[in-house]
Amino acid sequence: MFRYFLKRLAYVAPVALGVSFFCFLLVHIAPGDPLTSVLPPDASAAQQEEMRKIYGFDKPLPVQFLLWLWKALQGDLGVSIATGRPVALEVGKAVGNTLIIALLAMVIGFVLGCLFGFISGYFKGSWLDRLSSGIAMLGVSVPHYWLGMVMVVVFSVQLGWLPPGGAGPDGSGAWKWNWEHVRYMILPALTMSVVPMGIIARTVRALVADIMAQDFVTALRAKGLLDRGVLTHVIRNAAPTALAVMGLQLGYLLGGSILIETVFSWPGTGFLLGNAIFQRDLPLLQGAILVLAMFFVGLNVLVDIVQGLIDPRVRRQ
Amino acid sequence: MTPLVEIENLHVTFRGERTVHAVNGVSVSLAPGEVLGILGESGSGKSVTLKTLLRLLPERRTVITGALSVDGQDVLALEGLELANFRGGIASMIFQDPGLAFDPVYTIGDQISEAVMRHMGGTKAGAMIRARELLERVRIPSPERRLKAYPHELSGGMRQRAMIALALAGKPKLLLADEPTTALDATVQIQILLLLRQLQREFDMGMLFVTHDIGVAVEVCDRIAIMYAGQIVETGTVRDLIRDPRHPYTRGLLAANLHGAVKGMRLDAIPGAPPALNEAPTACPFAPRCASAIEVCSKTLPENADLGGGRRVRCHLASG
Repeated sequence: MFRYFLKRLAYVAPVALGVSFFCFLLVHIAPGDPLTSVLPPDASAAQQEEMRKIYGFDKPLPVQFLLWLWKALQGDLGVSIATGRPVALEVGKAVGNTLIIALLAMVIGFVLGCLFGFISGYFKGSWLDRLSSGIAMLGVSVPHYWLGMVMVVVFSVQLGWLPPGGAGPDGSGAWKWNWEHVRYMILPALTMSVVPMGIIARTVRALVADIMAQDFVTALRAKGLLDRGVLTHVIRNAAPTALAVMGLQLGYLLGGSILIETVFSWPGTGFLLGNAIFQRDLPLLQGAILVLAMFFVGLNVLVDIVQGLIDPRVRRQ
Repeated sequence: MTPLVEIENLHVTFRGERTVHAVNGVSVSLAPGEVLGILGESGSGKSVTLKTLLRLLPERRTVITGALSVDGQDVLALEGLELANFRGGIASMIFQDPGLAFDPVYTIGDQISEAVMRHMGGTKAGAMIRARELLERVRIPSPERRLKAYPHELSGGMRQRAMIALALAGKPKLLLADEPTTALDATVQIQILLLLRQLQREFDMGMLFVTHDIGVAVEVCDRIAIMYAGQIVETGTVRDLIRDPRHPYTRGLLAANLHGAVKGMRLDAIPGAPPALNEAPTACPFAPRCASAIEVCSKTLPENADLGGGRRVRCHLASG
């Protein structure tokens, strides 16, 4: 068991290195010049050269990569071209904002998804299954930005229960855990939870139906277990895969959704990435993608370890 | 002596896209401590009969009629907690493939002690001690270590031993063995058969032993029932059945074994294939494959004639 942990952790280093290399490359492959957004259109060639030197764009790509990596390892992701503030600070703030709604959305999505999926799979073919599958299907298919707007219209404009957008009563600066602030999370988190809910429900449904059809479930009944005993076994068998899907979905949610964050003016990573792309803000883009990718890698390792704890066959591979 | 198992005119029909009449009027009984082999080819309804005894068939798609009693209990009337107590407490099942019959994410010890606690009550620690004893009873070496092992860490033969230990956890009076050696190596098969026979005597259990292997049936059983197309076509003691088979199908089965086979010669296989069971048989289902069929065979269903001495045959020729 302990060896499995170590082995899994050892995989992180090469994966992280590869990911960071691709982050770096991706941004440099894209067409366009990052300096156009900071320099006036009539800047001279000498001024352009000067600016290139300041940002280090004059050096060969491999050198740029190593320099960037070395600084990134020390927590220095450079300075944003557009705002002049440290990238680490900007990304940290955005990730923090996204993290709180992504986690809430994940909890809602996972609980509801597992519930609907389990009911569907356990009572496969019944009207309960059709109802739950219908909800899951809807979750996957409905455009979530549209759903977000509908929610704003219903709950903010018509009913006036919840604020239509923003990250708090006093702007986005200070997050506090009180009702005044939490109110702002509800609509974006609900909207965000719909897609993972649908995906998890569909996965769990297939999973549970598959497990229920296996011989060992018949054998569990044959040894005299009651329904609730059988249920425990089914849940434990379904858990590793359900968790893996949840980890992946949380990874996607952390990337933020430009559309949802725009609809609710939520200052998260989706917002940040969108701005960085449009302003050709290379350091910010690289930094943001790197941090998000590292979250993804970390989540995957976490899921693997939890899977190993639940399913002994995973450990042996 | 009242029989341990009494099956009267059992019919099992599966409904769905296609109706299948899997069991068509099976009547058989088993005395306490007796081993009855149910012998037949794939699709003859032998496993279905066994699963019906534990009510393991999908309820919504299965229609069961007839009478079924085990140890004086009307099996078809059991519900909820009573049914769960019956399963594993009165009658236990050993499955064909022990690799599939264990939950892969629980240890062997957890799964056996779960059954012990379910039927005997008590604490987890107490159940674990009992599980250890059971592993010793089925002669698993270093049982302490196996308790903590997961199913995939054991060999096939070891898993089947553990399955038998699990089946014994609730001290059942009836053991239902569903081709327990089919998925095992030939060398392991005989060990498991001997173990089963021995445990059946030690625990004084009745056993219904389903198999398609006539050699295996002869090895462990006191009596044999031959199944064909969802009916028992012949019943008798092993001795009587081997020496003097009355039903043409039984004769065919005995002739088809490899012992008298000569290299290069065709085997004495029974020609044709068993009927599809889309409809319940109205004539002798074996008639189309039977060399000695007469006119009446393809017209009416033969009676289950009692020949005395515990022998029953369902054949127009034998009873007529």
